[in-house]
Parts: sequence; structure tokens; C-alpha cells
Amino acid sequence: MSALTGSSPLARAPGERSLVQAVALALLAFGVLATAVLAIGIGPAAISPSRVIQILAAGPKTTAFPLGDVIIVWQIRLPRAIMAALIGAMLALGGTVMQGLFRNPLADPAILGVSNGAALGAVSMIVLGGGALAPVSAILGGYALPLAAFAGALTATLILYAIATREGLTSVATMLLSGIALAAFAAALMGYLAFLSDDTQLRDITFWNLGGLGGVTWEKVAISGPIMLLVLAAAPMLARGLDALVLGEAEAFHMGLRVERLKRLAILLVAAATGVAVAVSGTIGFVGIVVPHLLRLAVGADHRFLLPASCLGGALLLLVADIGARLLVAPAELPIGIITAAIGAPFFLWLLMRRRDFEGF
Amino acid sequence: MKLTAMSIRKPLHPALRALLPLAFAIAALPAASPASAQAQEARRIVAIGGAITETLYALGVEDRIVAIDTTSVFPPRAAEKPNVGYMRALSAEGVLSQSPDLVLMEAGAGPPPAIQLLKSSGIAVETMPDGHGVEAIAQKLEAVAAAVGKPEAGKALAEGVEGDLERLESELAKAGPKKRVLFILSLVDGRPMVAGSDTAADAMIALAGGINVFSAANGYKTVSAEAATELAPDVVVMMTGAGPNHATVDPFAIPALKATPAGQAGALVRMDAAYLLGFGPRTADAARDLAARLYPGAIEPAE
Repeated sequence: MSALTGSSPLARAPGERSLVQAVALALLAFGVLATAVLAIGIGPAAISPSRVIQILAAGPKTTAFPLGDVIIVWQIRLPRAIMAALIGAMLALGGTVMQGLFRNPLADPAILGVSNGAALGAVSMIVLGGGALAPVSAILGGYALPLAAFAGALTATLILYAIATREGLTSVATMLLSGIALAAFAAALMGYLAFLSDDTQLRDITFWNLGGLGGVTWEKVAISGPIMLLVLAAAPMLARGLDALVLGEAEAFHMGLRVERLKRLAILLVAAATGVAVAVSGTIGFVGIVVPHLLRLAVGADHRFLLPASCLGGALLLLVADIGARLLVAPAELPIGIITAAIGAPFFLWLLMRRRDFEGF
Repeated sequence: MKLTAMSIRKPLHPALRALLPLAFAIAALPAASPASAQAQEARRIVAIGGAITETLYALGVEDRIVAIDTTSVFPPRAAEKPNVGYMRALSAEGVLSQSPDLVLMEAGAGPPPAIQLLKSSGIAVETMPDGHGVEAIAQKLEAVAAAVGKPEAGKALAEGVEGDLERLESELAKAGPKKRVLFILSLVDGRPMVAGSDTAADAMIALAGGINVFSAANGYKTVSAEAATELAPDVVVMMTGAGPNHATVDPFAIPALKATPAGQAGALVRMDAAYLLGFGPRTADAARDLAARLYPGAIEPAE
């Protein structure tokens, strides 16, 4: 692997670039921290920032403050901020890895059918949870829906992998095409379930599809957090491989890269990241496309930089979006998917108009 | 209409927040104190569900309501209250930010984690009984009244509704053969979505002395043009207040519906959605008004 050092097409002017990258990473990290503090400090309930700090310092079991305020800070805002940051990181990471793997700026877990697989799992539970799937929902209770979504994402990934792999070789092109077909098939099944569903189930499906972090609890953080941290820890292993893949699969192979292993790891990570994210928060669009592109346009396509930067950028975007979701129509709440697309899309278009070159593609 | 209700609200006045410790002290009283005694003290009520809001206004406790949800569209002045969003997609912090001491919900309010958080923060959270029959309506009205410490007023309200519905039923018995009714929930792009059995519309048709022609199906379903002709309704019922274009859509512009007895006679009834399907204190009047349109001359409308 060490032979790859310096062979990355993007390693020009190493000194200057690495300085820019270090500054960008530091800025992003600071932004995430500052936004997380802000997210815990403000919300529809008027609790002064100094009081929030006192409540945080006093611990979750404090009785020195009204129970409602303690619940808001410790049981609602804190787990939600953590979850927003982690989910944002997962969504952006999924997009970055897919775009690197397929060498295509449009690739995104949604295109592979992984998101639709997860959505199909969730919609099945919403519509059939009181009927055919009643025994499952009786055992799993409130976790039935997220677990069904995760199972849907994994199933979709396994099917894709089985279709695209022949004699130990996974064809990326076959995978992309079968992903599109699989997504369409899942959408058809969801359409049928929507046809079967009653009025309230239809509204549940619509709201779920727009995403939201309203249902985040510490239990969900405890269940999904470790998986997401594992994904984050494993992601750097992909960086050099994805850089080499920019040249093409055969070239990367001749440079000594174990291409099949890289593809398998990348697909596994994307499935886990997407599955967990969709299971916890529903389908939140656009983060996986807009964040990697912004960063690529701003600081370059070197994956050793791009992967961590995307995670931070995704976390930042989702934290900001969630603050908007909670405040814009308070005391009601907007679905977060509306906000990520509403912030992301115009900004992205503006950026595209300013810089027409797609660095790295 | 719902969008205006979702407009941005100001945070709570600090003086109101001063009441919070008191409210919590009351809410945290041991379970030994009867629920009604606790509820009598409820001063800051969040009403989740149109029928609950209507009932609270009918009981005259509107100044104790601090927030409503998007399904609470009647009376119109309820829209002046802060709106905590759609009843099945509530935000726990949004509800808590109104510093309620009692949350009254219709069945189906959620999501469950948000409800769980509300309960764990020491607020009294009560789910009201559901259902569309005469008894179910009475139970719902009485339960809401008991929860806010007005059991006598609730009983009177429930008895009024029951009495009105019984009178209507006996008048309907003499009104002649039952009319066949097709309830169209929405008519988008020429495709009618029609009420089957197990729907609020089905229950309302029964209360008004009609026969639901689509009762073979369950829930609201889109029907094909042919099937609609086959159902041969005498009257088509549609709603107003269910979307901007809805009131102007003419169902008999569709040939399949024009061919039915209702289409030939031009028998179309439009009624307000919340009034017709709210299943709250106004239900007896709604049933009577619908019956008066189904059996003109035989039944007098509510005044």
C-alpha cells in the first residue's frame, strides 16, 4: 500500500494543500461543536442559556430545577443533538463513499436502493404492524419500526451483492443498475402498501418519509450509536483505496490495491450507515449529495481528507437543519428532510454556477 | 387553512413560567388523590384532537387551553392558540414549551417516544376513548369533561347529544325508504376516493339514516368509474373545507357518476369536514343536517 503514497492524482502541491485541509478540518470540527452547543442551548421552550449550563452541570437526576426543564435538556435536546451529528455524519459518509466507489458524482445510497429497502421495511411496519406483522410489533414494541428499516436496508444490500457478484468479482456497473431496479421494485411495494393503508397510516408514511429526529431517546442512541461509531472508525481504511480507484479499477488493481476487498468493505459500511440513519430518523434527503460535493469543490477530492471532512460537514448540516426544524414552526415541528433540501439545494446550485469544474471527476 | 395555524409562535411569557413549579407540585401529588381532584387544578391544557378541542370549548373552559393541534379547526377562534403540530407527529419539547399541566389526547396521538417523554416529565397525559357510535361519543364527551373537572357539565352535554340522536332516529324511522349514499372523501383528477366501512363517514351515514353503498370495502379506497356506476347511489356526499379545489369539483362531471341515480337527480350534499366527521359535541347537529338533506321535508335541519 505504501507504493500508493504520492501516486494519488490529487497529491499535487502537498504542503499547501495539506495546510488548507488541516485548517478546513479544524474549522468544521469547531463548527460542529459550536452548533451542538447551540442546539442544546435553544429550542421552543424558553430556558435561558445559563440555566441550560446549570442543568447540564447538575446532572440528569437533579431536583434543583423544574422537572420539565431537566427533561428538556437531558432527555430531549442532548440525545437529539448527539443523534443529529451522528446521523449527519452517516448520511454524508455514505454519499462520499458511494461517489468514490462508483466514480460518479450522482451516486448516493438512495440510488443503490438501500434507502428504499429501509423505507420499505419501515412502511411495512407502519401499515402491517397492526395486522399481518402484529406478532413482531407486539414483541419489539417501539423498536419494531427502526429494526424493520434496518433489516430492509441489509436485505436490499445482500440482494444487490448477490446479483452483482460472479465468481468472487463484484461488478460495480451491475450493482448500480440492479440498485436502480431494486429501488423501483421497493417503491412499487411501498405504493401497494400505501394503497392498502388507511388515512392515518398514509399520514404516518408521509411524515416518516420526510424524516425527523423527534423520536430520539437515549435508548435509541445506545442501540444505534455503537454501530455508527464503528462505521466512523472503519471509514479511514477506505481512503487510500478510493483515491486509487479514481484512476479506474484495473489501474488500482495493478497498483497493488485489493479492489474486491475494498468494494466489499465500502458496501458493508454504506449499508450499515444508511440502514442505521434511516432506521432512526427516516429518509433525510440531500445530505449525502450536497456535503461531499461542497467539500470537493472547496478543498479537493483527496479521500483521506474528504472522508473525515464529509462526516463533520454532514454533522454540521444536520445540526443546523434540526435547530430549524424545532424552531421555525414552534411549538410544532417541521420534518427535517424539508429543511436539508431547502438549505442544501439552493446553496448547491449557487456553488455550481460559480464553479463549473468538478474537481476529481 | 392548516398552514396559517402553523405560523410562528412567540415563546412563553416569563410570568407564566413562574406557575410551572406549582403545576408540577400538583401533578406530582401521589396517585392516591383521585384523578378528578387532580384534574380540577389543570389550568394549562394542551388539546390534541379536533373533537377534544370542540368539547373543551363547549364546556366553556377555553381560557384554560394553552395550545391545540392542527386537527383542531373548530371553533375558528381556536386557531388563535399556539399550535403544536399534527397529532401523530408531536414534538415533546414543543408541547413542554407551553408548560402544560394536562395533555388531553385523542387515541392515536404520538409518536410514542414523545408521549413517553411527556409522561416522564410529570405532566398528566390522558388519552380519551375513541369510536363513532352514539355511546362512544357520549363516553368521549364525559371523559373530557371529567378530565378538566366538569363531570356534571359533561354529563349534560353527552345526554344532550344522545337525546338529539335518539329523536333523529325515531323521526328517521318514519321518513320512508333508506337512501343509498356514496361518500366521496376526495376527487382528485377524476378519481373518487370513497368511504367504505370502518370509517367516520360510514358511521355518520348510519346516524343520518342512510345506507353506505361502499360498505363492502374497508377504509377509504379509490374506486374505478365502472364500480362507482354499479354502486348506484341516490345521493353523493362530499366535504367542504378539505382542500382549496374541493368545493368546486363537480362529481357529476364524471360520466360514471352522472349515470347513477344521484347524478340523474343532481343529488349532491356538501358539508364541512370537521362538522360532519369530527365526532364531538356537534355530531348530533351534523347528523340531523345531513339527514335533512337526505330526506328533505321529512326531517328538519338543526337550527
